Amino acid sequence: MSWILILEQSLNGLQFGLMLFLLAAGLTLVFGIMDMINLAHGSLYMLGAFFAATLVQATGSFALGVLLAIPATALAGMLLEVAVLRTLYARDHLSQVLATFALILIANEVVRIVWGSDLQMTMPAALSGPVQLLPGMPYPAYRLLIIGVGLAVAALLYVLVAKTRIGMLVRAGASNREMALAMGVNIQRLFTLVFGVGAALCAVAGAMLGPLFAVQVGMGESILILAFVVIVIGGIGSIRGALVGAVLVGMVDTIGRAFLPHLFGLFLPPQFASAAGPAIASVLVYLLMAVVLFVRPQGLFPARG
Amino acid sequence: MNARAAALIAALAAAVAFPLAMQAADQLFFVGFASRVLIWAIAASSLNLVLGYGGMISFGHAAFVGTGAYVSGILIAGGVTSAWIGWPAAILASAVLALAIGAASLRTRGAYFIMITLAFAQMMYYLMNSMKAYGGDEGLSLTSRAALGFGLDLGNEVTFYYVVLAALCALLYATHRLAHARFGRVIAAIRENETRAEAIGFPVYRYKLICFVIAGAAGGLAGALLASHGKYVSPSLLHWTQSGTLMIMVILGGVGRLWGGALGAVLLLALEHLIAEHPIPWLLAIAPNYPQHANLGVGIVMLVIVLYAPQGLAGLVSRKRHA
Amino acid sequence: MPDLLEIRSLAKHFGGVVATDEVSLEVRAGEVHALIGPNGAGKTTLVAQISGSLAPDAGSIIFDGRDVTRLAQHQRVRAGLARSYQITSIFRRSSVIENLALAVQARSGSSLGFWQPVASESGLVDEARLIAAEIGLSDRADIAGGELAHGEQRALEMGLALATRPRLLLLDEPMAGMGPEESQRIIGLIERVRRSVSVVLVEHDMDAVFRLADRISVLVNGRVIATGVPDEIRANEEVRRAYLGDEALSA
Repeated sequence: MSWILILEQSLNGLQFGLMLFLLAAGLTLVFGIMDMINLAHGSLYMLGAFFAATLVQATGSFALGVLLAIPATALAGMLLEVAVLRTLYARDHLSQVLATFALILIANEVVRIVWGSDLQMTMPAALSGPVQLLPGMPYPAYRLLIIGVGLAVAALLYVLVAKTRIGMLVRAGASNREMALAMGVNIQRLFTLVFGVGAALCAVAGAMLGPLFAVQVGMGESILILAFVVIVIGGIGSIRGALVGAVLVGMVDTIGRAFLPHLFGLFLPPQFASAAGPAIASVLVYLLMAVVLFVRPQGLFPARG
Repeated sequence: MNARAAALIAALAAAVAFPLAMQAADQLFFVGFASRVLIWAIAASSLNLVLGYGGMISFGHAAFVGTGAYVSGILIAGGVTSAWIGWPAAILASAVLALAIGAASLRTRGAYFIMITLAFAQMMYYLMNSMKAYGGDEGLSLTSRAALGFGLDLGNEVTFYYVVLAALCALLYATHRLAHARFGRVIAAIRENETRAEAIGFPVYRYKLICFVIAGAAGGLAGALLASHGKYVSPSLLHWTQSGTLMIMVILGGVGRLWGGALGAVLLLALEHLIAEHPIPWLLAIAPNYPQHANLGVGIVMLVIVLYAPQGLAGLVSRKRHA
Repeated sequence: MPDLLEIRSLAKHFGGVVATDEVSLEVRAGEVHALIGPNGAGKTTLVAQISGSLAPDAGSIIFDGRDVTRLAQHQRVRAGLARSYQITSIFRRSSVIENLALAVQARSGSSLGFWQPVASESGLVDEARLIAAEIGLSDRADIAGGELAHGEQRALEMGLALATRPRLLLLDEPMAGMGPEESQRIIGLIERVRRSVSVVLVEHDMDAVFRLADRISVLVNGRVIATGVPDEIRANEEVRRAYLGDEALSA
């Protein structure tokens, strides 16, 4: 185990964490502002990936395809909000859970009917090779691009939330919905907009991860749970919490899977280490969540005081 | 005799007569199918205990069903085939897991609680996936069902059916007793107004946790039966969409109604079976592949029910009765 | 008279806002102790800390010689410390008797009964009927809480606290949203229960406060600025300036 390997896995963890952040950011805002639990968020991620894979192939350009998939997914998200989710804000959590779970079933089948169970998505040829990051440390160029895009979108989101009027309303809404209402905000339009932004972030994550993972039906379901873990760790409604939580989860998950079996081998008999290592590694982020829950039940950065 | 009791006796008589009729008609497949439906009825009824009676939106119930299935399956694979050891062990393991998950997640409320139960259940899914010793993602095949003794052979589909039916009846009767006992009153009060329940002196957290554990234990029983039924256990039993399916059953049948879980399981599984195995010719002509997309129908029906009939089908029926 | 409740240097803040600022006060056994003060003075926050639904940052609460600061709310209720809410908090779908029987059940042993029907315990309902009579709701016994008139709901609200057989009753604005006639009903009720129970009364209705209270504490910006018998409070310059209009005092 060399330090280069550690660095490499840390970059992988950062890359995964940033993509998780894109998912968690939209989700946490919807929670925070509308007190709405939306399981269908993962479906938007899936939809974004399918849009991107299709459009990349149709246009013959990776960049163009991805850039077109983002507004397309945003539009789908806003349509969903207007058609179904809007009526759920005032309903109890159980209704929200069931309705959005039903949306997952519907979305999966619709995608299956339109596209089939999976699609191929290839990364641009120019980025398919490694770059020499440090002497003796090659790193896949495409993964660097994901990190770059993740950081850029996170910065953009920060500016949007911290510096603009809309962002201020969103923050006000996340910490105190009544206050936002009293300020005369057109809440309905703000909600639709937030959903659009959340869907766009999903599309970015889905499109960027498309060439690495399979673009397939159900791809949004396991990553959705990780996004929940991120939100529980970071605190509902907090963008900053989502960023910290996402990078933490991405790092812990990636590094744990890479090194924990080896680490266990150092002080456990091999037959135990090879069994316990992968098992513990696979649940490490959930144990992290449990610890955060016990120490800070409201998450690391609660939006409400 | 009132209408309720008459309906109850009729339903019970039909359930008892069913396998005999199928046996006579040489349709043993349906006895096995009916056993599976009844096991899911137990699982959904156990979820209804925590969701409907306790008002806790637990989205990780598959973890308890799955844990029960694995504990019972691992024991059978290890040569301990006695149901008298395997099933209590499954129930106990699920209860302990529910105690741990409940103790952590019941400290939170609302959306947090939903997400945390969901996440811990998914943790169990990944844990079983990574357990190579117990089959990993391929699951665990068993050579036999559990052994009950007393000359009862669970390998016989009809015998197995009656054992499952007895378990379901026992669970529903116990639920009925519980709901009308002191504990049930407290749970109902907490569901209705948690703040006030605490303010008149009930240790709310403790009662919710007990309810959560009872439901988890009953889920473990369903899991143990499921392991024997299919002679197979796999991590997909613990996947979170399985929890969602259980929730759909409860909603379909009626939240917080004694028969809600059972009714919902029967409806959903029968519907799935009909769509997959008995396609409607004219629909097949328009959409040749529709049986493969049964979930589209389930999703749309669910969405419509949630948006327009929040009390579930049972709610629709009783509303009509009152009207 | 000995102190039934003693609050020592209680402090609570939310973020940068000080809600309870070094509050110390004593409630004597048998007295009606009113807490008055402008909106936002921290009265409800104080009641929440005494009842145990909100944990203070610092300070201690001694009830009947026993430090209850770290006890959960349900443990304090068992010790004899019950509260009512400013915003009615009852079991709206249950009948008056069911509401009260539940509160009786809470203090009569464990509720870990999973088998025997609670309906077979006639003691619970008998006791509930006595309390229903006490709060004047005997003829409404089988009506669901949610269907009662506002004044009746407020009476049930107090009844739920009374049913726990408290030694100290924390009443958070029992007359909130009531007309004069309904208020009279609640005042009469407090007059009756004070014979057996000590009361902390948070109330804006100054007529009621000066009629009922043995002593009054005035809370402003989270601090107790004065404690005394009604005449002392009436005469207190600081209280006049900070809170009371002359109109209220002359009443």
